[in-house]
Amino acid sequence: MKRGHKVILRYSIGMSSKNSFKMRFSDIKVHLSKFRVGIAGAGGLGSNCAVALARSGVGTIVLSDFDVIEEQNLNRQYYFTDQVGMMKTVALKENIARTNPDVFVIIHQKKLDKLNIPDIFSGCDVIVEAFDRSDMKEMLIETVQQKMPGTPLIVGSGMAGWGKNETIRYRKIDETLYVCGDESTEVSEDLPPMAPRVGIVANMQANVVIEILMKMR
Amino acid sequence: MKILLNNRKEEFEMDSISVSKMLLLKKFSFRMRIIKINGVLISREKYDSTIIKDGDNVQMLYLMSGG
Repeated sequence: MKRGHKVILRYSIGMSSKNSFKMRFSDIKVHLSKFRVGIAGAGGLGSNCAVALARSGVGTIVLSDFDVIEEQNLNRQYYFTDQVGMMKTVALKENIARTNPDVFVIIHQKKLDKLNIPDIFSGCDVIVEAFDRSDMKEMLIETVQQKMPGTPLIVGSGMAGWGKNETIRYRKIDETLYVCGDESTEVSEDLPPMAPRVGIVANMQANVVIEILMKMR
Repeated sequence: MKILLNNRKEEFEMDSISVSKMLLLKKFSFRMRIIKINGVLISREKYDSTIIKDGDNVQMLYLMSGG
């Protein structure tokens, strides 16, 4: 291609370029605006994933978290120093509004459990698992898979420490369950969660959400 | 019997085994996990009573804390 030649990036819905119409980012945004994504947890995974989805133009984001922002969260979570002490859901709604005010954000300040998950995330086209504790991850996966059959769930598992880019992967288990992460590192005192690896997994989760939504009508 | 375990072929001498027995035989000791057999999620309390048979597609996912 000649230097200076104008390159227009185009995207298409679905895997096949045949019979699929081409889309510019403005079209992609319009398409994504029709959908609702639930995010369970607004920590390192949830806050970064939510902002990536908001920038991409997802129409409605349902956030659920019961925590308050602490200073130690700022090493990886999408919050600012002047937001320490605020509810994560409230601060994240504010931060989303500052990046893309067109996104409709619904917040729930609740600890999620088997009973309230189907209500809180009812109507969501995709759900993102963004908890830190593994027992909560298990509870959410079991609840969504059993009580909300057919709803795709994107799980984050394994992102502690730093480096080791080559170990972070994406795996589709079936049409309703997807995993992002190294599936092996666990957070501990000498293997803390840090912005780069947590951010990579959060953005991988957002990337899977968009891939799924782009195939939905 | 032959099964698929995370998309890899696995062979066991028995004709069928419980989920608990499979975890023991394979020495999968890490506790936090999700298991799906032929697309159906098996809760932890059903590991003893759920039987894996020849041809089953078993998917396992480890849940690591952090996020």
